[in-house]
Formats: sequence, C-alpha cells, structure tokens
Amino acid sequence: MNWLPLFLSLQVATIAMLFALVIGTALALLLVWKKLPLPDVVAALISTPLVLPPTVLGYYLLTIMAPHSLIGRAFHWLTGGDIIFTFKAAVIAATVGSIPLVVGAVKVGLDAVEPNLIAAARTLGASPARVLATVTLPLAAPGIIAGAMLAFARALGDYGMTQMVASSRFDGFGIHNESPASIFVIDELVALREDSARNMAIATTLLGIVLLVLANRLTRRLQRG
Amino acid sequence: MADLVAKFAVRRGEFTAELELRCAPGITCVMGRSGSGKSTLLSVLAGLALPDRGTIALGDEVWLDRGRGICIPVHHRRLAYVFQGLALFPHMSALHNVTYGMRETPRAERASKAQALLDRVGVGHLAKRRPRTFSGGEAQRVALARALACSPKLVLLDEPFSALDRELRAQLVSLVRELAPELGVPVIHVTHSIIEARLLADHVVQLDAGKVIAEGKPDDVLDLGALE
Repeated sequence: MNWLPLFLSLQVATIAMLFALVIGTALALLLVWKKLPLPDVVAALISTPLVLPPTVLGYYLLTIMAPHSLIGRAFHWLTGGDIIFTFKAAVIAATVGSIPLVVGAVKVGLDAVEPNLIAAARTLGASPARVLATVTLPLAAPGIIAGAMLAFARALGDYGMTQMVASSRFDGFGIHNESPASIFVIDELVALREDSARNMAIATTLLGIVLLVLANRLTRRLQRG
Repeated sequence: MADLVAKFAVRRGEFTAELELRCAPGITCVMGRSGSGKSTLLSVLAGLALPDRGTIALGDEVWLDRGRGICIPVHHRRLAYVFQGLALFPHMSALHNVTYGMRETPRAERASKAQALLDRVGVGHLAKRRPRTFSGGEAQRVALARALACSPKLVLLDEPFSALDRELRAQLVSLVRELAPELGVPVIHVTHSIIEARLLADHVVQLDAGKVIAEGKPDDVLDLGALE
C-alpha cells in the first residue's frame, strides 16, 4: 500500500492544526474579553467558513494568494516562490477552514473557567499574562484540546479547498508530487483502483479513531485534575 | 503599621453605595444584610471594581484617587482576598496554591515557607493533594494559608466560614484571631454572624443600603440580645 498520501495529509493537518489553534485561541480570548469592536459582526465573520461551500472559500483564497495579487507578489518578493499550488496553500486552506471550529470549542472552554479563580489569581499578584498562562488557559484546556481535535479532523478531511488552491498533487516534507489522502481516494476510484481507494479509506478512518480516543483520554485526565 | 482609609461612591443601576471607613491594623468585621454593599466594598478595595469617584489609601500609599486619575491595578496592591467560594486553583496542589502569590519570597525558599504555613494552619498533610479532595474545613485552611503567604498589606475575608458547621467555624475563628496580630495589617472580615463578629472583631462596621449606619467597638455596636 502507498502510505505517502496519508503522511502528506498528516503533515498538512498537523501544521494547519497548530496555526488554527494559535489564531483561533487568540480570537476566542478577544471575543470572551470583549476586546473586539462589533463583536456580533466579528463572531459571524469568524463562523463564515462553516457555512460557505468549500469551493467558494477556495475561490477567495485563490484570488487572495494568486501570483499577481498583493499577497502573492509580496510573498514572491520575500521568498522568490509562489503560494498557490504548493504545500503552503494546502496548509493555509486547511487552517482557514479549521479556525471557526477552534474558536467555538475554545470559547466554550473559556466560558467554563470560574471568574473568581481569575480574580483570585489577580489578587495574588499575578500579571494579566501570568493569569492567562497559569490559570485561564490550563483550566480551559479541555476546550482547547477539543478545538485541536476538530481542527485536525477538518484539515485531514478537506477536499474542495485543497483541490482548488493546492491542486491535486504537491510536495510535502520528504514527499514529492503526491496527493493528500482525501484526494487520493477519489483519484484511485476514478482510475478504477478500488482496492487502493478502500485501503486508504480504512487507514484514514483508523487513524481518526485512534486520535479521537487519545484526545478523549487526555481530556478526561485533565478534568480529573 | 498603616491604616486603610477609603471613601468612595459606586452606582450600579438601582444600587448606590457611598461608603467611608477607616480600618486600623486588627480585625474589622463588616456586617449588613444582603445588598447592603458588603461585596461592593471588598471588590472596590481589591481593585476588582472601579468606583465612580473616591479615594483609597493604605498609609502613604494611594491605591485609588479618581480625581487624580490614580488606580493601582489589582496585582500591584499586595492584598490577600479569601473569596466566599474560596477560589482555590483546582489544577494545582495545596502547596502550589500557597506558593502562587509568593512574589517577595526567593524562589528556593517558597516551597518550605508554604509547607510551614500549611503546617501552621493544620493542613500540612494536604500539601501534595488537589482541592477536589479537601473537606470544607480543610479547603478553608488552605485558602487562609494562601492568603497569608503573599505577605499582604491588607486582608479581605468574604464570609469565608459561612458554609461550615458550628464546630469547624469556631476552630477557624480562633485560628484567624490568632493569626491577625502576627500580620499586623488591617483585616476586613465580612460576616452575617453576630457571634463571629463578637469573637473576632476589634472594630465593627454596620452597613445598610450602601451606607455605614454604625461603627465602633463590638460591645457598642452589636446588639447583645440578638444572638443566632
């Protein structure tokens, strides 16, 4: 069996999950702290990727990151390369799709932190940054882990956006001109290689289940304290 | 040691509080019905709520002067606040809860000082355990140790014993009575209990509808007939 599509998907999903976690947690904190102007509009904008068809999002990303666009030209000037039709584009597409899921899950985690615990940390002399690092984020950890899992699953399963901005084959770390698992399954079916498509489908499913079990165990352990 | 002098006004919707008080080192019991302004008083003194106007000073240190735009943030006020629900950090051991506020103590000495404090309040054996395993009385003692650990200049106790049975409450009242003179700072203890106030207070302040309606020595202010 060709494992490379699964490895490529894992690379994209892991990096996208990390980016989505950082950006999504920051957005959730700003929403919970009410630091954003027009919070209802911002919350709706953050959730938009959930309601748009992946091809529409893909179209926007394609337009924003195209070689002749402002971002495309700036990136070319900085690195000499393009974003579109590369591993980077696949990561960006997966990140954009995952951010609203992270924001939602982390917000639930943050809302569950008792305000008195934050007040107690402040009266004990902790600076706002220390309160965040030692009380707020550790106590919101179950929400953050749930967000990470959702982001990873969303990134692993992305098809439409990836196809549009990264094409069906691109390079990964140590992987040359390969399809990610979600696209590989369709390509193999179309090419009437059903065995290969089924093996990849089963491998992806097993991987998803193992990761979910691990995340659930980690969450339970944190909640037990 | 410094007196706390506070004079401020807060308006929150229908509720208005205009409070003026001076607390010397020792225990001041603040009494009053629900909604009389006790919690507002503690929140404003701690810096968790901002009054509309007023000043708060501890000796020469001005913590708040709305007229001059001074407001020292909570984490620079060096106070100890024992919340009604105690607010022990559930993800930290008792020892870690106590060391959390030890800014002044060198890092290497924190654990031993925290252990000594836990021993002092009678819960040294809980040092490595987390709050979810504590009984009500044990949690109170850990919360007291945590409050004392930060070498506070002001101690605020928000009905800390209200959820305890009579016997435990008596034990903790005598513990606070024993610890307060050692601290040598103003201790403001909010309570509903006349017995608690009589046992603890050097000074009593009675609030009603956001105003101080009586203050003085416990014998002068408390109604001796109205025991629980």
